[in-house]
Amino acid sequence: MATVTIAFFALPLLALMQRARWSTLWSDLTTGPALDALRLSVACAAAATALSLVFGTPLAWVLARTRMRGRRLVRALVLLPMILPPVVGGVALLAAFSLNSPLGGWLHDALDIQLTFSPAAVIMAQTFVAMPFYVITVEGALSHVDPRFEDVAGTLGAGPLAVFRKVTLPLIAPSVAAGAVLAFARALGEFGATVTFAGNIAGRTQTLPLAVYLRLEADPPAAIALSFVLVAVAVFALVSMRGHWFRT
Amino acid sequence: MSLKIDMTVEVGATTVSVDIDAPAGQVTALLGPNGAGKTTVLRCVAGNVAIDDGVIALGDTILDRPPDTFVAPPRRGVGIVYQDHLLLPHLDALDNVAFGPRCHGRSRSEARAIAAQSLERLGVGALARARPGTLSGGEAQRVAIARALASDPNVLLLDEPLGALDAGTRTEVRRDLGAFLASFAGPAILVTHDPIDALALADRVVILEHGTVTQTGTVAEITSHPASRYVADLIGTNLLRGRGHGTTITTSSGATLTAADPLDGPVLVTIAPNAIALHRSEPEGSSRNRWPTTVLHIDGFGDRTRVQLGPPIALVAEITAAAARDLNLFVGDAVWISVKATEIAAYAD
Amino acid sequence: MIRLHTVATVALLLVFGLWAACGNDPRARRADSELGGSILVSAATSLTAPFTQIGQNFTRAHRAVDVQFNFGASSALADQIVAGNSSDVFASADQANVTKLDDAGLLAGRAAVFARNRLAIVTKPGNPEGIRSLADLPAAGVISLCDLAVPCGKYAAQALEAAKVSVPEGRVTRGQNVRATLTAVTDSDAVAAIVYASDAKGAGARVATVVLPDSKNVIAVYPAVTLKAARNAMTAKAFVAFLRGAKGQRILKEFGFLAPA
Repeated sequence: MATVTIAFFALPLLALMQRARWSTLWSDLTTGPALDALRLSVACAAAATALSLVFGTPLAWVLARTRMRGRRLVRALVLLPMILPPVVGGVALLAAFSLNSPLGGWLHDALDIQLTFSPAAVIMAQTFVAMPFYVITVEGALSHVDPRFEDVAGTLGAGPLAVFRKVTLPLIAPSVAAGAVLAFARALGEFGATVTFAGNIAGRTQTLPLAVYLRLEADPPAAIALSFVLVAVAVFALVSMRGHWFRT
Repeated sequence: MSLKIDMTVEVGATTVSVDIDAPAGQVTALLGPNGAGKTTVLRCVAGNVAIDDGVIALGDTILDRPPDTFVAPPRRGVGIVYQDHLLLPHLDALDNVAFGPRCHGRSRSEARAIAAQSLERLGVGALARARPGTLSGGEAQRVAIARALASDPNVLLLDEPLGALDAGTRTEVRRDLGAFLASFAGPAILVTHDPIDALALADRVVILEHGTVTQTGTVAEITSHPASRYVADLIGTNLLRGRGHGTTITTSSGATLTAADPLDGPVLVTIAPNAIALHRSEPEGSSRNRWPTTVLHIDGFGDRTRVQLGPPIALVAEITAAAARDLNLFVGDAVWISVKATEIAAYAD
Repeated sequence: MIRLHTVATVALLLVFGLWAACGNDPRARRADSELGGSILVSAATSLTAPFTQIGQNFTRAHRAVDVQFNFGASSALADQIVAGNSSDVFASADQANVTKLDDAGLLAGRAAVFARNRLAIVTKPGNPEGIRSLADLPAAGVISLCDLAVPCGKYAAQALEAAKVSVPEGRVTRGQNVRATLTAVTDSDAVAAIVYASDAKGAGARVATVVLPDSKNVIAVYPAVTLKAARNAMTAKAFVAFLRGAKGQRILKEFGFLAPA
């Protein structure tokens, strides 16, 4: 049974590897649009991961630790992007932030900011789909921390922020790292929401998955080889946190 | 500065409503079955749970008095030691102990100096650089006590501090904790379900059942006059201090007992009341400990009868009501008692 | 421990999945007349609207027939067919992709042009940027064009080159097919797109259309051909013929296509 399952996952990957053209991978990757796309992908995915850390951590804390009303609803809302088709997520972002939307229109009129077709839109789209992975990972870790650690730190004289920084955060550090890696990997592979919300402008919003997709039309073997750069990053991310899933 | 706890709080489905005074320089033991509300009381004193009604005050300082006063945990000056030490796994022993002084604004080096001193006092100075994960249970608990001590607390709360330790370690840590508590000037509250800990460490005992106080008194009062069957079973045991020489123990009143296992030096002896047999005349048989004495008092608890006995050793015996009828006991009667050597439980004191 | 109802739910999902996968397979049906069975038509994205209607008309005329469509960029479809996707008919938005299949020896006959199309510029409704011609595009905001690998992108590049207009690549968002290219204007914030006139017409009031004069325009030709791998060659041929017949032509015209030359 397990063998069949492994084959189910391994076979397409092996078949893909066989169809890829490896001889020109380096030049395909380091020349022109592909390199721009790779740079943009890494930079935007890093930014999306940073945003997930900054905004996702407090949210995970609220979800794990408070008895706030509507907490379940908020959790469902945050996790929605995990099951929503990414393209639909992109359409949703357009509905909220395009120039035709009230908020997007105001941003443009008042601050001269246009999000669509900008690298910022790439980061937003990636954050939208990637942050849920971070939030659930960290929320899970937080709910496993014995609150008495924090209580003891409190009685020793640490205020709430000091408790979070010196006690809670170190205790969940492995999960924060795991969540961030997962979010980064997801952001790097993001396609649907990005192409819909940020468009596909070479050098500006064309991330590696978009470049791979378009390249698939013109030069499939090269595109497949490029896609293995994404696979390699994902594998590295997952291997680097092996054991984490099993230990928590 | 005595600690006044006059509080009502609802936690989940249970309501805890108690009125306890914990005098300075004394150890007040909080005894009771699981779910009686012992830990809840500690959490309220520490400020981790706000009370619904009443007041918690340390001397003249109000710590919690709804609805207007609530002092946050960091500013209460309360030290806590839990059963499972709760040392921060990412810090070594020294930095765990230095955590409190650091939070109180000491520099890193000052805090570490205080921490080192504190560890030294608990006899674990050599373990300063060890991670909690590498410490034994007893070592970790000493570090945890040192940590509570390093913040120079006004109140000390001990939640089953010896509960997780094996018997041998328990005796050692108990002795050191006792020495430390004897020098602690503030009120200390000890939550435990082990009567030995209470007898060895506490000056006063508060019995908590179903969220309310059912009995309060000195250790001697409670052990000799338990107010309920539950208390009698829990703590109504005979506690003696003495000195061991091999299997012979000389009690502080000068009497001699024979124990099964040899132990030298100061000892704490417990004899379960139901291990003491009463006889009308000198008993025959193998009991090493037997002597004549006088009945001082008789209490009935349903099918059990507790009989208080006079010199040479003040003891409480517990026999069945049927046995009491057979013996036809009255206050002032002369009786013989016998106790098997194996029933004399001695602990290094 | 796995609860019983979890097992039941999984089982139910599996059963449903199998039913959905097998029950809807048109090839499972038996042909019951001379012209019958089902065919799979791989067609250019720009043909989505007229073909859907033509398919309904065709099956109304031939009750035993079932037509399934696979819409995509012609170049993507050609790649799929080369890779072994077993379509019966290929309807492309250019000649090049048909030639590619011919070179690969996958065609079962000669391709027949059944429609032509013009290019048009579409803008936001009301044309707020005042775009009059291709020459206005470089000065406007983000322009949406098809990717260069797909026919509509090649045609747009030809038109721009003929007009000696060059839009900086940093302001061009590339759609993976003509639909996506159009969507960048209708749903997102692209200022203008170059799409087929038929798509401009199909977008209705959601866009304003700037007609390109014939002198500046590029005419796309749409050939259809039966594939060698067709499992239902008779029906496939009939469908191609239907495209060129009166009914097919009327529908294509309705959707803004031009008659074959």
